[in-house]
Amino acid sequence: MEKIVEINHLQKIFGRNEVLKDINFSVSKGEVVCIIGASGSGKSTLLRCINLLEYPTAGEILYHGQNILEHKMTTAVYRAKMGMVFQQFNLFNNLNVLQNCMVGQEKVLKRSKAEARKTALEYLELVGMSQFINAKPNQISGGQKQRVAIARALSMEPEALLFDEPTSALDPELVGEVLKVMKALAQSGLTMLVVTHEMAFARDVSHRVVFMDDGVIVEDDKPEVIFNNPRNERTRTFLKRILEK
Amino acid sequence: MAITPDSSFFEWVIYITRTYWPLFMRGAQVTLIISLTGTIIGFCIGMIIGVIRTIPIDQNTNPIFRFIYKIINIILLIYIEVFRGTPMIVQAMVVFYGVAMVYGIHLSTLFAGIFIVSINTGAYMAEIVRGGILSIDKGQFEAAHSIGMTHAQTMLNIILPQAVRNILPATSNEFVINIKDTSVLNVIGVTELFFMSKSAAGNNFRYFEVFLVTCTIYFIMTFTVTRILRYLEIRLEGPSVYTIHGSQSVPEAQIRIVDREKR
Ligand SMILES: Nc1ncnc2c1ncn2[C@@H]1O[C@H](COP(=O)(O)OP(=O)(O)O)[C@@H](O)[C@H]1O
Ligand SMILES: [Mg+2]
Repeated sequence: MEKIVEINHLQKIFGRNEVLKDINFSVSKGEVVCIIGASGSGKSTLLRCINLLEYPTAGEILYHGQNILEHKMTTAVYRAKMGMVFQQFNLFNNLNVLQNCMVGQEKVLKRSKAEARKTALEYLELVGMSQFINAKPNQISGGQKQRVAIARALSMEPEALLFDEPTSALDPELVGEVLKVMKALAQSGLTMLVVTHEMAFARDVSHRVVFMDDGVIVEDDKPEVIFNNPRNERTRTFLKRILEK
Repeated sequence: MAITPDSSFFEWVIYITRTYWPLFMRGAQVTLIISLTGTIIGFCIGMIIGVIRTIPIDQNTNPIFRFIYKIINIILLIYIEVFRGTPMIVQAMVVFYGVAMVYGIHLSTLFAGIFIVSINTGAYMAEIVRGGILSIDKGQFEAAHSIGMTHAQTMLNIILPQAVRNILPATSNEFVINIKDTSVLNVIGVTELFFMSKSAAGNNFRYFEVFLVTCTIYFIMTFTVTRILRYLEIRLEGPSVYTIHGSQSVPEAQIRIVDREKR
């Protein structure tokens, strides 16, 4: 299958702290990949490197075979192709729900207001938030915020959507509504890369699960393999610890 | 009723208010013009400098640009430190007489007044704006970048609208300070309220009565301005309710929900 992003020998160093060590992996079109691992293992940093919120120290990131670190493409254009959903939602506080989903389309994709509005409404409908177009971010719940954040990312019609622990900041009773939307997106064939602690989601929805520990990819396999008989001792220990909770 | 040196305190206050009313009003007008214009221009200077000083520079930035940026930053820093670190009364003297000596031009006192208040306010506003920008959550920048916005687009559409709202109270404060501090401009002969009061008092040596009236006028000006700006701040916060569009059961229903945080 066609690879959207391929990462080779990626390294990221913060000061003297080597957070990512020789990372190699790729995401193909239509794939849903979950990244699991202990806190501090470098999952967020990897995701942030992939859409260049952090600049890798070494290695290459191939986007359709082109190394984006060699300035073949401007950073902004590339980022628009890789949507991102954050743990803390990060909705634009000065804009209402509809404007949150329109501003990028108008300013980055140069779509007309009418077109941007139509697209935004489509995706807000999809996540079940079309009734709240006039609300400001501080007027809606966490689960609603995250659904708007997903609609905002989808409105840019990206090639892949990156999720960084999208449900970790939510009250337990609000996790379900967000996972439901993500499940529907996965089934619609969207390419997704999801950092998550929701093991059931990783097991049931993803095509591949990547286990990270201490800045390296320890195991990268089908969910059946990772969850039922992981090859690596570290994966086993991690899963045992997290599934016991 | 004739006024005599033996007239009572109140008679003097009334007499002075009546006689010098046009003088007070012209002075108050000049004070307001200088402080308002100075605050607006100072705000603009502050915005420009604040925005420049928060441009992100990292190892991926073009080295030539980085070098130019560094020099600009040093110049701006000197401007900010010098104007914040010296009294405005002294700045007024230096600018007014300095321009006259170096360029041989006599600035109109009104122009000189506006100029000095503007650059003085600009120095303070630059740091207020910078603080306002830095106080915006990093997540707002990252979200904007993640949908492909450039730094300029992010600032214009996302960050500055929030920052401006946050620094509005500090800006109002600058305006009120300017209304009071334009009084120092009397040293270069700007005909603002304090200058006018001095000449009124000089005519009959009733310093206490005259300046009591002056004091009242200053207070009325600052109090009114504070109230108006406070009202504007509340207006800018926007409506605290929003409307739901067509609930599932009743499509035409419009439910108004009161903001949970503002209650
Ligand atoms: N901006 C940064 N500066 C310095 N260290 C960082 C920065 N971001 C992350 N780190 C460090 O990198 C390591 C991995 O962090 P992160 O990628 O957030 O892990 P995870 O998302 O798996 O919990 C941590 O030790 C963290 O302290
Ligand atoms: Mg993380």
